[in-house]
This record gives sequence, structure tokens and C-alpha cells, in this order.
Amino acid sequence: MSFLNDILVVDFSQFLSGPSASLTLADLGARVIKIERPVTGDICRELYVSDIVIDGESSIFQAINRSKESYTADLKDAIDLLKVKKLLKRADVVIHNFRPGVMERLGLDYETIKKLNPSVVYGSISGYGAAGPWKHLPGQDLLLQSATGITLLNNTAHENPTPLGVSIVDILSGAHLAQGILSLLYQKMVSGEGGEVQVSMLESALDFQFELLTCYYNDGHELPQRSEVNGGHPYVGAPYGIYKTADSWMALAMTDIVQLGQLTDCYALLAYTNSDEWFTQRDAIKQVLAAHLQQRSTREWLAVLEPADIWCSEVLDYEALRKHPAYRALEMEMTVKNSNGTAITTTRCPFKIDGQLLTSTTGAPLLGEHTAAIDKEFGLNQLQKEGAVVS
Amino acid sequence: MNQLPLNGLIVLEFSQYLSGPSAGLRLADLGARVIKIERPQGGDPCRKLAVKNLWVEGDALNFHAINRNKESFTADLKNKEDLELVKKLIRRADVVTHNFRPGVMEKIGLAYKDVKGINEKIIYAEISGFGRKGPWAQKPGQDLLVQSLSGLTYTTGNGGSAPVPFGLSAVDAISGIHLVQAVLGALIRRQREEKGAYIELSLIESAIGMQFELFTTFFHSKKGIQRSKINNGNPLLGAPYGVYKTADHFLSLAMMELQQLATALDWEELNVFDQRDVFQKRDEIKALIAKKLKTNTTRYWLERLRRSGLWAAAVYSWKDLDQTEGYKILEMEQELQAGDKRIFTTRCPITLNGKRLVSSKAAPTLGANREAIIKQLMEE
Repeated sequence: MSFLNDILVVDFSQFLSGPSASLTLADLGARVIKIERPVTGDICRELYVSDIVIDGESSIFQAINRSKESYTADLKDAIDLLKVKKLLKRADVVIHNFRPGVMERLGLDYETIKKLNPSVVYGSISGYGAAGPWKHLPGQDLLLQSATGITLLNNTAHENPTPLGVSIVDILSGAHLAQGILSLLYQKMVSGEGGEVQVSMLESALDFQFELLTCYYNDGHELPQRSEVNGGHPYVGAPYGIYKTADSWMALAMTDIVQLGQLTDCYALLAYTNSDEWFTQRDAIKQVLAAHLQQRSTREWLAVLEPADIWCSEVLDYEALRKHPAYRALEMEMTVKNSNGTAITTTRCPFKIDGQLLTSTTGAPLLGEHTAAIDKEFGLNQLQKEGAVVS
Repeated sequence: MNQLPLNGLIVLEFSQYLSGPSAGLRLADLGARVIKIERPQGGDPCRKLAVKNLWVEGDALNFHAINRNKESFTADLKNKEDLELVKKLIRRADVVTHNFRPGVMEKIGLAYKDVKGINEKIIYAEISGFGRKGPWAQKPGQDLLVQSLSGLTYTTGNGGSAPVPFGLSAVDAISGIHLVQAVLGALIRRQREEKGAYIELSLIESAIGMQFELFTTFFHSKKGIQRSKINNGNPLLGAPYGVYKTADHFLSLAMMELQQLATALDWEELNVFDQRDVFQKRDEIKALIAKKLKTNTTRYWLERLRRSGLWAAAVYSWKDLDQTEGYKILEMEQELQAGDKRIFTTRCPITLNGKRLVSSKAAPTLGANREAIIKQLMEE
């Protein structure tokens, strides 16, 4: 059922962006070898961490790097570099997310690798692109959210700019990289030709906002105004947002305001018969609604609204979601094991293929866990001996 | 434009609104020919769902952003003759996408098994709101509702305050991306094994999938996932991670060691905390930092932090951003010609072989390509 049988991915990337791309390729069936520095490895093993440590590594590292192998190499060491180059001759895909110039200095850039391996698919993620005044700035998620206007879309107007609490720019740029790589792998199957894919976190963050930016570009560069009341989506009129009820919260998406007033007995809303006002009077309408909806429980409101096909729902946190039968029906969880036998529960790849879930049982690798086996399999030890003789 | 990887492939898009059509957009930018199959009455409802009440030639501006670089074929799927035409098209197609609620395509007679009967090697990809089974299967697959049910709104905003939705259609976007990945994977297998594929995805699975770091941490945490009460940035990360108010504007601080921060700001008092405190005393530490950063300007702090190599940034609006050289050299904007109107929108974020993927082809008017497609693809 695997899509990418026999595809070898050699991944130099660290943190989340590049490694999330190779995780997708692994889920589709590719073999992914992480190239890591000896002793410390992927920076994600020590810097980008949560306070939950599982078997010596943070939960974040475990989630991102399951189903992969780890090969340690010091890229500044001549022999290690030769070994890695020999491995790259066999790779279908190479991934990195170093800052511009690093791979060139190591002699591992696309032009050089292409000479060793003409049909290679070579993918890279930068923070801000390969050129320009920002090319050396760190490509970090929160900083990219801050630079691209994302933090000014969320929450209510009087709150600080509010970042999305998921590392969304890393995830998007990794996903875009995976798309580009897969498209070139397809091309390689058709014509034998590989190629180079470049993605930057800056472009990915802008693409994420493409609908809204298109409004901005064509509307005299007018900036979005977050709602003063229960901020939802700055371009969508009332009632869009999350409301407090007598016992919890409730989400309301695009809805006819008059119908909503009738269904909830909120008579003040019946005056808004002109749908243009749902946007121009957004905050006034939401203010009325916010006060009114606190009178009854979420369950009571849903009992009125759902049968009328109003787009509404309860609002769940992880704990409530995990207990819900609808969540269990999804079978999103799977348990992987690392080579120490430690079990880690994580989520699976989101899509199904030919009726089957894409699951895996292999956890994240220990640092350098597969170095010896990969040396042997690809005949890389040979180089060590040859190199020793030369030196 | 040069040869693109998906040149020669035909995608039939029965999808509407954003999730499925955003997948079609990416496939088009990578070279596929994407044909929207639309109802003769009104077509894709997104044509009439304008955000911010902006319209171009009778269609919503956002419809143009999502559906540029595609063709439109009108067909009433309840009409026998039209359905026959669509089945003829399916014979020529490589990929079919739809995002109807479960049961709709079955009723029309275009479920995967039906389509496979017409074209053995078809790649059939569908997005639902909540999958085919379970108590949510018939719920409307709307972005805000999926955000609210998937825990996403409890990642953003401060702890103790309201759940905060993402201020854009994040789940639609990510599910469109996942669909493209699966379709491309299936195309690779088809090339090697001569096999089609059936791909199923739901908005809720995509929403949970995008939170995989948070869920994995939650599964192993005894105390759950707590948003920071102060300037929450990412509930998984310790102090100082977040956006802070300064004397004149705002400043973002990413991961950094407290001691480095203390040194960069000449701020001895911060050294009473140990690096191990960044999680245990996260909110206490962040409250102190928030107080400190209010005492000077963004520029002042940023210079000091950058000099020490620490990860910090100013907060930009689009207006701030589009004045910068860093933005301008990206040439992220491209121009479309819709009738006699010019539309500016963003281009594909992926660069292939050093070339940016741009296309000036605007979204099709409803049914614009029907006659040409009948001539070209059905009259053999």
C-alpha cells in the first residue's frame, strides 16, 4: 500500500520544518536517514523542547522523527564528508534547512550533488529566501509569524498581536517542501529527470494568507481590523466567533443574523435585515449576541441551532476531545516504539489510502543508532580505510 | 513557461469553497490542467461567498484567488446527459477531487467504485468534514467548527481567557495541502505500478495532524497542555517565548536561554532564575520580562538582542512588510487579467529549478470552457 517504496531520503534538516517534510515522505513509505552531528545531533534534541521528556528526548523530537533512521557524521571532517557524499549518490531525495551558503561551503549544494547523482531531487527550506537583506536571519516560527502579519489576524482588537499557538509556519513550509519534492519525484518516474525545490518560511507564511492578502492587494491596501468582541476572522462579518455560554463556550460560523435572532429569541438582532450590516456593524451585533448567549448552556443552544442547520459547535480542549466518541472513531492515535523498547503514543498521518490508515510502529532513532548498519549496507566503511591510508 | 512536473495530467475538481479547490490550485501551479465541474445554477458556491464584500466581474474576489489557473465545465449531475458527459471526461482524467458530505457522490453514482469502473487507474481523492463514521460524520465541515472541535482554539490566546480561533481558514488550507501530498504520492505509485488510488481525508484529521507535536506531548503529560497566562506564544514552549508590548510597539522573543537574555539586556535580576525554571515558572518569568520590555522601544531592544545573536523580531503589519526590501525581492505578488479587470494575488510559494511558478490566468467564468472541453476531450 506504500506510495514511495524504495525511495531513499537523506535528510540534513533540523528542528521542525524540514523534518516534518521527511516525516510525510516516511509516512508515504520512503526510507528516511537523518544525518546528525555526533554528540549533539539535531538541535531539536536539545533546544526546541517541551517539558515532557520521553526516554531522554523531548516529546516534540519524538513526534517529528518517528519512522526515521539516524546516521552521525561530522561534515567538517573530510572522511565523514566523503562517506556522506557516497551515500548521496544513492539518494533519491536530499533535504536540508541550513541557512543560505552553508551547504555550498560544505560542497553539498545542489549543483555539486547533481554531478554525483544527476537525477536527484534536492529540496531546501530557508527562512527568508536565498537572497536579499534577510537571508541570514534565523528562520524561526514565531519570528516569521510576527514578520508576516499573522499575529494581527487573531484574537480581539485590544489584545496584543497574538501568535497562533502551533508552529504553523514550520509546518506549512515543510508541507510545501514535501509537495515540491513529490512533484519532482513524479517527474523523475516519468522522464528520469530530478530537480531542485526551494521553499522559504516567508513565502509559505504569505501563501497561508493568500485569500486575505488578495483582498489587501486589491482593496487599496486596507489593513484587517480585528473584532472588538470575541475575535474570530477579521474579514468575516458577525456572528463568526467563539461565545461564552452559561456553562462553557460555543462557536458560531457564517450565519443569517435575522434567522439567528429568531432561533435564539434575541430580538435586537431582528433589525439587521440588510446583510451588508453584518460586516459593517459586526462588533455591535456581536456585542448583543455575546450578552444574550450567556443566558443558556451550550447544550441548550445547540439543541435549537443544529436542527436548523446553523453552523455551530461546542468548543473542546484536548482532554474533552480525547474522551469524545467522535475522536475515538477517527483512530488518530498510534503507538510507536524506539529501540530501547520505550512506547510513545503519537498521531498518525491524516489521510487514508485505499481504505487503510497509514500507521507505523517505529519510534524516533537514538542519536547515531543506524550509523554502523548504514556504513555496512552502503559500503561506507571502505572509505574510512581508504581515507586512513591517504592521510 | 517551461515544462512543469505535472504537465499532461488532467484533474477534475468537483470540490467547492476552499479545502479541495486550494489543492486544485496547487496542482495547477505544478502544471496540471484543472477542470472545475460546476452546477449550471451558480456553480461553486464560493463564487458568491465574498469575504469583505469584494467582487470582480460578478464573482467574489477570494474565488479568484482560489480558482485562478483553472477551467470551468458546467454540468447538472442530476441530468442524465450531463452525467454522461462527465463520465466521458472521467475517462480522460488522472485525478478526481471532491469535498461533498458523505453520501452525495454515492447518490449521483460517482463514488470511487463507480469512477474506478469507468477509469481503472483514476486517483480519487475526497475531503469530508469529519470522516465517514462516528457521531460527527454528517456535521458541516466548516473551518471554525473544526478548529473548535479539534482543540486548536485552546492553543492560542492566553491561559484563563477565551479559546481563540485562528483568524483565517487554517484547517481548510492545511487539508488542501495534505490532499495534494496524497495525490502526488498516488501519482508516483501509479507511474511505477499502474495502479489508481482512493484517498480519504477529513478536516478534523488534518486539524489534529497539524497539532501532532501538541497531541504527542499531551498524551504523555500528566497536567495537560496549558497556555501561558501571559503573552502566550506556543503552549509547549517555556519562557520567554511570546509577543511583548514595548514602549512604542511590540517585540517577539523566541527560544533563548535566560542567562543570554539577561546578558543581552544588561539585566542582572533575571539571573535569579535558572534555565530549569523556564517551564515551572514560565508565567512568573514572562511577567517580569513584560514589565522590563515596556520601558524602552522595540528598536532599542531589537538591536541589543540581535547583537547577541538572539532570536527576536518586530511585529509587522502587511503594510510594514510590503515596504521592506526583504518582501519586495520575493516578488510574491502576481497579476491576473479577469475580463478587463486586473487582479493582484499571491503566487505559488514553491520554487522549482530556480524558477518561481507564476501564471496570469484568472479564474474561469462559470462554464467558460464547456464547449471547448467537449470538442477537445470528447469528440475523438
